[in-house]
Amino acid sequence: MEKRQLSFWFLAAFFVLFVLFLYGPTITIAILSFQGPQGGLTFPMRGVSFHWFRDLFQEQAVGDIWGAFRRSLLLGLMVMVTTVVVSVMAGLAFRKRFYGSGLLFYVAITSLVIPSILISLGIGLIFNQLGLRVHWATSGFGAQLTWTLPFGLLIMFAVFNRFDKSFEEAARDQGATAWQTIRHVVLPIIAPSLIGVALFGFTLSYDEFARTLLTSGSYNTLPLEVFGMTTNVTSPVIYALGTLTTLFSFAIIGIFLISAWVMGKRRARFGSDAGKGV
Amino acid sequence: MTEVVREVTLPGPVDAPRRKSMGAGLIGWLQAMPLVLVLVFFLLAPIVMIVIVSFWGATEFSIYPDFQLDNYAFLFGSDVTYRVFFATFKYAAITWALTLAIGFTVAYFLAFHVRSQSMQIALFLLCTIPFWTSNIIRMISWIPFLGRNGIANSTLIEWGLIEQPLEWLLYSDFSVILAFVHLYTLFMVVPIFNTTMRIDPVLLEAARDNGASGFQSLVHVILPLTKPGIMIGTIFVVTLVMGDFITVRFMSGSQRANVGRLISNDISLLQYPSAAATAVILLITVLMVIGILLRFVNIRKEL
Repeated sequence: MEKRQLSFWFLAAFFVLFVLFLYGPTITIAILSFQGPQGGLTFPMRGVSFHWFRDLFQEQAVGDIWGAFRRSLLLGLMVMVTTVVVSVMAGLAFRKRFYGSGLLFYVAITSLVIPSILISLGIGLIFNQLGLRVHWATSGFGAQLTWTLPFGLLIMFAVFNRFDKSFEEAARDQGATAWQTIRHVVLPIIAPSLIGVALFGFTLSYDEFARTLLTSGSYNTLPLEVFGMTTNVTSPVIYALGTLTTLFSFAIIGIFLISAWVMGKRRARFGSDAGKGV
Repeated sequence: MTEVVREVTLPGPVDAPRRKSMGAGLIGWLQAMPLVLVLVFFLLAPIVMIVIVSFWGATEFSIYPDFQLDNYAFLFGSDVTYRVFFATFKYAAITWALTLAIGFTVAYFLAFHVRSQSMQIALFLLCTIPFWTSNIIRMISWIPFLGRNGIANSTLIEWGLIEQPLEWLLYSDFSVILAFVHLYTLFMVVPIFNTTMRIDPVLLEAARDNGASGFQSLVHVILPLTKPGIMIGTIFVVTLVMGDFITVRFMSGSQRANVGRLISNDISLLQYPSAAATAVILLITVLMVIGILLRFVNIRKEL
């Protein structure tokens, strides 16, 4: 192994600064959320307390954040499940050329790059003209899918680009039907990547703002509620909320990453079950 | 459009174009159908609706079907439009340059200077985790840093570098771009890292054996090979910044404008036809930029 060059230390320092830049502000508000009751939005700390966290749990102090949290959680789960199912199906479809596949791919890319406010505005207008009420579970749900599905699809492309087709051929040669091949060969192999798709589906929905703005109706999701707070709440209670929801996100990410890791481990331990089926 | 479609090269298997292709095509369609339905109802229909409404008229309280070009005439006749579009491109260009420089450096470090693979994955995850947390919260968390009495100002005063707090740290172009860079650099890091990881180390060895300096192999070997990753990152960053309205509004304290804010202002005034016309022009602009960028990269092959 060669000796570290000067450039390594320079780049390592750059990397550390970058990570500080990424996490520094979040850590700062986490510290500031423990401000004493008289504390303000910035340092110095005037005592240390759970005052602002307590405020969060008293409904009258800050609007309906728990209702918003429940809605965001439920919507996130709905979007997650839909994203996984639809992306896997579309990913399977795209392995072969079908009529219009090129066009569909470009439409999916458009869905990714289109300014979010257009989705919000367009869906809002359609519901409005049809006389339907916008609601987070209908229009909001659809609006978020236009953001999560392209990510899911791109992940599925990445997965199937690396997929070894000989497993499938082997299954087919042994007489498995198309469905059996997918169910018992393809899906188990791609399962860890599906955790990734689920992670994207849930977190992108849970934090989505712009596309939900005009499509969620009278009940806010959590990001909308938080944004509403920025205009009328000027106390560290907003930091407390930010800290809690960030911790929640970290926990979710942790669960997903750990389950992907465990799955990989188990697979490495048990290895291939080839030849044990008979 | 047809021209674009023709260029798509699908990596699908070439071994099965025979008798089964009819059935396989049908199955493919059925598998893609849920995606098609979502995109038709929640992407294409809204776009069509926006185009239609952009020709409608509006009173103070309601909108009515019509076919008039007033919304576009007003849009193109107003100085504000050009200024705001210019500001949008300015934000996109500056953010692009900064995220590219930072993102490339980080990805380069991870790919070529971190030696163990598990360390690489750990550090890579460290860079991507913020992507899965709330953008709004990440914006809010700049306030204690940049405010008049914030950490930045008090530190600079303490060090004796400035006498008065700097006013331009928060609610300015500076804070807007800082937030963009903060939010979107990972969109550069991820695809660039992805392409650098696929560079065969043999190529770098060959460059070294032929007497290339580290800098020369960076410029002549690594950079050209990471171009697809750079392009994908560019597509993400440019479209996210051009379509943004919330970062500009929040980080500038409503003192700066881009096209997205123009649209959202019209929406809050219930001037939907005018918002729709602006949205149509913004969409065309973004799609043109993406159309150009897609000429340099085949996204599907690069994933």
